[in-house]
Amino acid sequence: MANLLANIFGSSPVMPLEKHVDIAYRCTRELVGFFEAAIAGNWDEARAIRDVIEELEHEADDLKKEIRLHLPKSLFMPVPREDLLELLLVQDKMANRTKDVSGLVLGRKMRIPPEISDKFLEFVQRCVDAAKQARKSVRELDELFTAGFRGAEVSLVSSMIEDLDKIETDTDELQAELRAALYAVEGGIEPVNVIFLYRVIELTGEIADMAERVGRRLELLLSH
Amino acid sequence: MEAQLVYIGLAAVFGIFMAWGIGANDVANAMATSVGSKALTIRQAILVAAVFEFLGAVLAGGGVTSTIRQGIVDVEHFADKVELLVYGMLASLLAAGTWLLIASRKGWPVSTTHSIVGAIVGFAAVGIGVEAVQWPKVGTIVLSWVISPLTAGIIAFLIFASVQRLILRQEDPLAKAKRYVPFYIFFAAFTVTLVTILKGLTHVGLDVSTGTSYLIATAIAASIAVVGAIVIRRIQPVRKIDKKQHFYTVERVFGVLMIVTACSMAFAHGSNDVANAIGPVAAVIAAAQSGVVGSRAALPIWVLMLGGVGIVIGLATFGRHVIATVGEKITQLTPSRGFAAELAAATTIVIASGTGLPISTTHTLVGAVLGVGMARGIEAIDLRVVGRIFASWLITVPAGALLSIIFFYFLKAVLP
Repeated sequence: MANLLANIFGSSPVMPLEKHVDIAYRCTRELVGFFEAAIAGNWDEARAIRDVIEELEHEADDLKKEIRLHLPKSLFMPVPREDLLELLLVQDKMANRTKDVSGLVLGRKMRIPPEISDKFLEFVQRCVDAAKQARKSVRELDELFTAGFRGAEVSLVSSMIEDLDKIETDTDELQAELRAALYAVEGGIEPVNVIFLYRVIELTGEIADMAERVGRRLELLLSH
Repeated sequence: MEAQLVYIGLAAVFGIFMAWGIGANDVANAMATSVGSKALTIRQAILVAAVFEFLGAVLAGGGVTSTIRQGIVDVEHFADKVELLVYGMLASLLAAGTWLLIASRKGWPVSTTHSIVGAIVGFAAVGIGVEAVQWPKVGTIVLSWVISPLTAGIIAFLIFASVQRLILRQEDPLAKAKRYVPFYIFFAAFTVTLVTILKGLTHVGLDVSTGTSYLIATAIAASIAVVGAIVIRRIQPVRKIDKKQHFYTVERVFGVLMIVTACSMAFAHGSNDVANAIGPVAAVIAAAQSGVVGSRAALPIWVLMLGGVGIVIGLATFGRHVIATVGEKITQLTPSRGFAAELAAATTIVIASGTGLPISTTHTLVGAVLGVGMARGIEAIDLRVVGRIFASWLITVPAGALLSIIFFYFLKAVLP
């Protein structure tokens, strides 16, 4: 009886979603150190970092499942449940891509050509920046719910998403430059490795793409 | 004479037990939001609840008590068989108490009000005769069970929508909150005070003219609002936790308002629910004392106090634990949302109390929370549970009736 009032509240997905994006970001952040180790040829350290990435990816995965479990269809929410689930999915993909790309590099003990290594690290850092900005935007979710998705808070988040888009554009440009640089030196590298290098660049770029999609999903919520 | 003492003693014991149960369980719904949002500590909440439940019961509980006592059954009908009314009211208390005990063990969402009204209608209709029930009055009561959550929902929606518009969606919510919250405090204090003076006090023998009522209510509300404004002015933003819009600090401003609405809610709850325990007791006492069913006899104020004391004891013994548990579960009801729900519910309940309508305070509060939800104020509401809560009275009324019929025939056979 006493729980009559308490029971009508479903578990709120807001804080868990913010926690999830934080984990996903912390996962992508490890990539910088990982590639530094890989470029230096320090595979022991790369392996250790890869373990951290894997652990964080698992953590994000578990939290994702838990959030889904606590979002039954009978919930009445200010924004469609589906949109929140989609947001969760793209957040999770930032961590997934991080795990994929680090797994690929470590598995093949891939050597990043020294001619492009600086540019490569710059690119990775920018992709991580995109994930960081995605985290910053999603962390406004509780404030958005407080304001009921209207007014000044919406403008605030909109401008954050704009910044996120700018960072993502940066990564696109860096990616193009990186490809050009790789193209210039690819003659001296074994063809199979070249193909995989392009693949690594692509996968890393997808982290920024996913971050951008986090922004798109948030934007959808804003328009409700 | 001895039999009468037995009746009165039994009624008092059953009544206090009911009041104790109400205090232990239901009060948590009124106070938990304030504790959950840390506007009040548990200790403060218990103190506030004790004071205002008691005040509500004594100052504004007369109307509903009178309805339970002589509004549902046609007392004229018992003119020559007073003892039947006594048995019936005792049976109703037993029935409602038993049903509440079963339901809370099973975790069913049932209301004290629905149980007691079902029980009284049950014994009267079956034990005495269908004509012993004042059906139009019962119809009005049942209608009020539908209308009260709806009304509270609409009021809560409007209040919260105004909060969103005036404060939460603005560029500088903190400055806006500091400016507008004192007005909400005034409004909260004013409605409850006014309705109490206008409607409630007549039942305790105090008659105040309408003009004076407005004056007194304005004076009380204004002084509370001024104190609130002074407290609010001192609240400073917390750099570490606050984000750009300072919503964390904004909620602390609303926390001050929440203390006022929590008082209103406790008061409202006391004014409506004390009757569930004490209405039948009052009927038994009146019947046993005079030997006739004195529908004209005034309600002795010590009976209301008895109910108030019962509620406070329940609160002091079990309420603490229940408030803490519920408070942890309703963190979505932040002060800005919780106050809107509480103010809407309290206003609705106090008006019902003034009109003498026994309504379910919990249903009203649930209706108010839904209203805030409709204004996109709540993150997640489980509609299945809401449906179950609102459907519960459909079972509770017949269950209360059935049990009271059984107890009625039992008491009739056993008691002198």
